[in-house]
Amino acid sequence: MAEILKRSKPLAVNPLKAGQPLGAALAFLGLKNSIPMLHGSQGCTAFGKVFFVRHFREPIPLQTTAMDQVSSVMSSDENVIEGLRVICEKNRPDVVGLPTTGLSETQGTDIRRLVREFRQQHPQFATTAVVPVNTPDFSGCLESGFALALEAIIEVMVPTTAMVGRRKKQVNVLCASMLTPGDTEAIREWIEAFGLRAVMLPDIGDSLDGHLVDAETTPLTLGGTPKSEIASMGESAATLVIGRSLAKAADLLKQRTGVPDFRFDHLLGLDACDAFTMTLAEISGQPVPARIDRQRAQLQDAMVDSHFMTGFLRVGIAADPDLLLALGQFLAGVGADIVAAVATARADALSDVPAASVQIGDLDDLERGASAHRAQLIVSNSHAVPAAERLQIPLLRAGFPQYDWVGGYARTWVGYRGARQALFDIANLFLGNHHDITVHRSIYRTDAGSHAQGGTPAGAGLVGH
Amino acid sequence: MKAAEIAELLNEPACVHNKKEKSGCAKTKPGATAGGCSFDGAQIALLPIADVAHIVHGPIACAGSSWDNRGTRSSGPTLYRIGMTTDLTEQDIIMGRSEKRLLHAIKQAIDDYAPKAVFLYSTCVPALIGDDLGAVAKAATGMWGVPVVPVDCAGFYGTKNLGNRIAGEAMFRHVIGTREPEPVPESAQRPGITVHDVNLIGEYNIAGEFWHVAPLFDELGLRILSTLSGDARFHEVQTMHRAEVSMVVCAKALLNVARKLEGDYGVPFFEGSFYGITDTSQAFRDFARLLGDPGLTARTEAMVVREEAKIRAALAPWADRLKDKRVLLYTGGVKSWSVVSALQDLGMTVVATGTNKSTEEDKARIREIMGDDATMITDGSPKALLQAFKDYKADILIAGGRNLYTALKARIPFLDINQEREFGYAGYTGMLELMRQLALTLEAPVWDKVRKPAPWAASKAAGEPLSAVGVAHG
Repeated sequence: MAEILKRSKPLAVNPLKAGQPLGAALAFLGLKNSIPMLHGSQGCTAFGKVFFVRHFREPIPLQTTAMDQVSSVMSSDENVIEGLRVICEKNRPDVVGLPTTGLSETQGTDIRRLVREFRQQHPQFATTAVVPVNTPDFSGCLESGFALALEAIIEVMVPTTAMVGRRKKQVNVLCASMLTPGDTEAIREWIEAFGLRAVMLPDIGDSLDGHLVDAETTPLTLGGTPKSEIASMGESAATLVIGRSLAKAADLLKQRTGVPDFRFDHLLGLDACDAFTMTLAEISGQPVPARIDRQRAQLQDAMVDSHFMTGFLRVGIAADPDLLLALGQFLAGVGADIVAAVATARADALSDVPAASVQIGDLDDLERGASAHRAQLIVSNSHAVPAAERLQIPLLRAGFPQYDWVGGYARTWVGYRGARQALFDIANLFLGNHHDITVHRSIYRTDAGSHAQGGTPAGAGLVGH
Repeated sequence: MKAAEIAELLNEPACVHNKKEKSGCAKTKPGATAGGCSFDGAQIALLPIADVAHIVHGPIACAGSSWDNRGTRSSGPTLYRIGMTTDLTEQDIIMGRSEKRLLHAIKQAIDDYAPKAVFLYSTCVPALIGDDLGAVAKAATGMWGVPVVPVDCAGFYGTKNLGNRIAGEAMFRHVIGTREPEPVPESAQRPGITVHDVNLIGEYNIAGEFWHVAPLFDELGLRILSTLSGDARFHEVQTMHRAEVSMVVCAKALLNVARKLEGDYGVPFFEGSFYGITDTSQAFRDFARLLGDPGLTARTEAMVVREEAKIRAALAPWADRLKDKRVLLYTGGVKSWSVVSALQDLGMTVVATGTNKSTEEDKARIREIMGDDATMITDGSPKALLQAFKDYKADILIAGGRNLYTALKARIPFLDINQEREFGYAGYTGMLELMRQLALTLEAPVWDKVRKPAPWAASKAAGEPLSAVGVAHG
């Protein structure tokens, strides 16, 4: 069990963490015809927007209650009601997400009351679901904000029912923030291979996958989980929960609907994939399709091929807790040593990370840990590039944000094929950066007729196969 | 910051428009607001000072989603690229421990990175709970002997533009005038050349673009005492009061610094731009004019003739490819006119330009350059932009990064002109890169392909089997 080390410095250096409001916004971006509006100053939204635009390379609908000096001191209640009215009137969304920020939480906003007041003042917008959620950025991280938003979505949009299994082939999937659009697509196909129909909550694979459509501009999300499907989650046969950060959201869904759930920490690597596949076979009553068998065999082959490179590989990882656990177990499962593990915030998942300790901290902590333990690979977001350069080791990009890497958002980590590709990539990063034994030139050797040369010959860092 | 101080910053006497409504300072509307906050603006303005530790005092949102995002380059120290924040926790805020954390954070930054100075950026939460940044800065300076500069720029004070001015004000109040410049090194003296000291205010060295222009300053004998703030060092900013002339490069954002340098230290200033051949030459001529050195004037004229001939020759082979292409320009402030000049130098036609963030004076400049019938766009929503693109039969949209995907989703060519961009367009040589990037997107073979419907979608209704409409060719 990993020892959790508290944040140890007054100053965060090269921050790893993104705030809760961003996580909440991301969850709402996975719903159809939806727009999040952050209750804070306009900068909270502007920064968030740039953050996601650069990561997904997509236009991102995101609004703000635009707190200014007067409303920050006197009251910003009117900003919330006015902002909701403007958005509903202009764009007629199905869902408006309303995450709070550090500013509005410090002021002490009562966001739920404000939504009730909005309902009283503007009954004409009753068909738009408004989902308030408390997500101050002075606690938690992107992952916890995302999870809180999911809890709020279930609370507001899933009715309390007792109709389990009315839709026999329908399964709910609660997707944590570590899953990419590529991941959610793969999970959907995985489930459909068993003749089941998935309601993914949220479904960023449908809204942020990056696809050109005929409409030139869209003020709202372009896809994602439809409101009507969320309302039908109580009629599903089962719920699959992916990511431990969603434990409370899963409890809530179960409590409201009685739909039995199956919980998974992640879907990275052979063991996790096997557990998920077995569950799908049980729920559907179908045998595992032959092509999944084949994909599994392909992953096993890749594990054998790449174990020379992944075995004893010293890896440093910095990520949100769910992703840290997933990557840690996946890599440890192919023989790597997690020599440095850094998480953004405390979470249950951390104690199971296969490392001696997990530091709550920043990329500076990762760099120091990786340096002290002579890591050969680091896994983190794009902000870790300078650290990797200083350490002279490769970086595998994972998590948010990935702004210097085209298609990082689309990468599929989950499933047998995702794991296989990840192994290939890790093995290649290692091969491209393998340090050979330092050349020794004997004092007795002479190069008659030519000048003696010192140092390592060019290309010595590469191992040919 | 007191409301009166904010009002004073918003009221810029050097702006012609300050007697009428302030177009750049409109009140924000909940649910319909775009753009950054004052903290954003202040951070952008000062972050390029490369040997300073920039500490963002607040919870994670402010630094966490914005650090190391700017395209500005340094020729030396890289300390400015290290993200630093107090990352305030709930306990810090409730128990009133945030000032204490800040003080310890300053100590950590000084111990670990030996910065030439520490800048503290306040954000919304510390401003709301009443942290006294000035007092912490003063205490820290006294304790550790490193200059610590407070920048009181809470996001809710207002817009990015206001943040720029707050940053300028902080430099003027705490940094400029606190040191004398070093003498010109003997090795850099050349016979017959009197060295003149100048400032560049509002130059950010995006993608290193100022290095296209910098060698010409050396050649002419113009020593840049300091820029505010591209590739700048703290000790350089301290000496800005000793310049003989300042050039205000980017919009009105830091005009307050230029005006106060003139008022308090008698440093005259002019406004100009390094985008385009015409404007670059004009900028150098303005330096010569204000400095009144006949030798400099002669050298400047010779340099202008030489450089213009050189770049026009280099651009010639490309000229036909961009000639008469129609541009829709949507960008804030000074770029609305400075870029127009550069595009006209390339033979392109600017059919309309956005003036949402431009001042009245910027608009006057646009009329001067584009003629009285210049079309100005104020609605910058994606829908309005695309409508304007169609209405004016434009070939390309040139705008800031925030509109990149507006263009790409509508399948139209795009050039990024704001500070996150990867390419440098300044000066004579920058024109080549500008030309290349314009041609690259305008001539890309992908546009036709992405506008093409799928062959199977062309002639059949959704769900109709292929054979029913005779698509199968037996």
